Amino acid sequence: MKVSALCSAVWFSLRGVCSTNGEGGPPTFVPVKPGEIAALLRLEVALDLRQRAAWAGMLLYVVSAVYVCYLAVKGGLGLATWNALFWIILLFAAFNALTRSFQREDAGRQLYLYTLVDPRSVILARAIYNAASMVVLSLLSLLVYSLLLGTEVLENADLLQFVLAVVLGGIGFAAVLTLISAIAARAGNGIGLMAILGFPLVLPLLLTVMRASKLALDGVAWSITSTYFGGLVLLDVITITLAWILFPYLWRD
Amino acid sequence: MKNWWKFLGIGLLLLASIAALRIPLAPALVHVSPDRIAPGTTDITITGYNTAFTSGALVKLVNEEQQVCATSVSVLDASHLTARFEVPAGMKANLTDVSVDDLIYTGALFTEGLGAGITSAVCPETYPAPASFTFPNRSILYESIRNLHFHVPMWFTMIVLMGISVFQSIKVLGNNSLDNDLAAEMAARIGLVFCVLGLITGALWARATWGAFWTNDVKLNGAAVTGLIYVAYLVLRGSVQDAHKRARLAAIYNIFAFMLLVLFLFVVPRLNAIDSLHPGNGGNSGFNDLDMDNSLRSIFYPAVLGWILVGCWMYDLRVRAARLANNLDR
Repeated sequence: MKVSALCSAVWFSLRGVCSTNGEGGPPTFVPVKPGEIAALLRLEVALDLRQRAAWAGMLLYVVSAVYVCYLAVKGGLGLATWNALFWIILLFAAFNALTRSFQREDAGRQLYLYTLVDPRSVILARAIYNAASMVVLSLLSLLVYSLLLGTEVLENADLLQFVLAVVLGGIGFAAVLTLISAIAARAGNGIGLMAILGFPLVLPLLLTVMRASKLALDGVAWSITSTYFGGLVLLDVITITLAWILFPYLWRD
Repeated sequence: MKNWWKFLGIGLLLLASIAALRIPLAPALVHVSPDRIAPGTTDITITGYNTAFTSGALVKLVNEEQQVCATSVSVLDASHLTARFEVPAGMKANLTDVSVDDLIYTGALFTEGLGAGITSAVCPETYPAPASFTFPNRSILYESIRNLHFHVPMWFTMIVLMGISVFQSIKVLGNNSLDNDLAAEMAARIGLVFCVLGLITGALWARATWGAFWTNDVKLNGAAVTGLIYVAYLVLRGSVQDAHKRARLAAIYNIFAFMLLVLFLFVVPRLNAIDSLHPGNGGNSGFNDLDMDNSLRSIFYPAVLGWILVGCWMYDLRVRAARLANNLDR
């Protein structure tokens, strides 16, 4: 009862913030517009459903990358190598998947969106959608990877922690690469530029998440790993906030 | 006198660099032979560094509370002497310190002995040598400690220049000015020069002290990422033709990258601090333990200020030269 009352209070206050941006009076600063974000998310989903080949392509990419690793190492991976290889595959899968994020936008639709919605809603919707698709992609990669490269490594692992690391890592990749993808698309030199701009920025996240997942595979207690998970959440939040602040400048031309 | 800071920078840089290269290291004992002694009459040869041994030197062995004085000392030259000891059978089987006057070599040699039954000898008082202005003489570092005044200021200067670059980039987002964009680019370029200098001085220092030009260390990873980010920034600039679009894209990337870099340089190392070989990390002694008499500090701070001022001057020159080139084109 109390919880639902609280929820509705929050919802109405958010709607209140939105409604102050009407025609009357000067435009006020509105941090988030849930309605717009929801509509844009529906748009993203609809666009992706229309291009199923893209998702199939990403999955095939992950499966082939894992299979190449499987053929190359022929089993018998140590814990550290298993972990490193997994994150390298995931890193490249993230670049492959997220480059599309702003590349598929043609100038006409961009102008149309520009007249309709707040750019902040666009970047937040993209970041949320990319984060969700990265989480799905990471968990699928984990499934394929552990099927092919063996699960001996996972025997002593704290599985909950490891999955949490994979999820937070996927969200972090999405957060960093969404803005980078927008910059690269704007610069008009897609994929090559994306890798050059993205790799150095992903490194802090990659090092932290690799360390966290290594500790999770070793089965280390929460009291030690919580620092790393805290750091990961901090990195994710700061990255999304920066993208949210900077994207409006990128959008207007 | 509006250019006073340039003269100040040059003056500080020259003074600090000359001082960094000229000030001697504190005297220390660096070698003792043999490194293993048995009870009986024993001659021990002691090698010093920057020492001034005199024939009146007081040499002794100190093994916890046991102490043995040299019976005779013959000085070969200012940094070599031979001392004769009558080592009693009751010495502990243990690592023993050797001292000459007020210089001590901790754990210099291993003594064999029965372990008890001697009373500590009372050696004549030694007086500390008059204090002179020297750099600390630490094992592993030795003369390479001078590199502190060159290697570390590079990173300070780089961070200052990258800070200027980000500041100019923020202004670009506000006013779309191409002049601020030019300033941001030049600051990043000069910052990158200091990054390369820092990497070179660091690699040489690492080779001398840690045995390898590159190690997997959080600070080295931070330096590498910084270099990559700013090279990527320049590549991004190069790949956009339209000047206003370039200014805005570069500014956005610069701000985004700098904020993540700050996180990487100052937050992530807190998580993995144990990985670092640098002083003050991973259980290594820091600047405070190294620099007991503040002799390093009194040269280090002027060096940092001098390098920062000279870096800003370089940046100023590049910006003015680029502005002139732009005017010529017009």
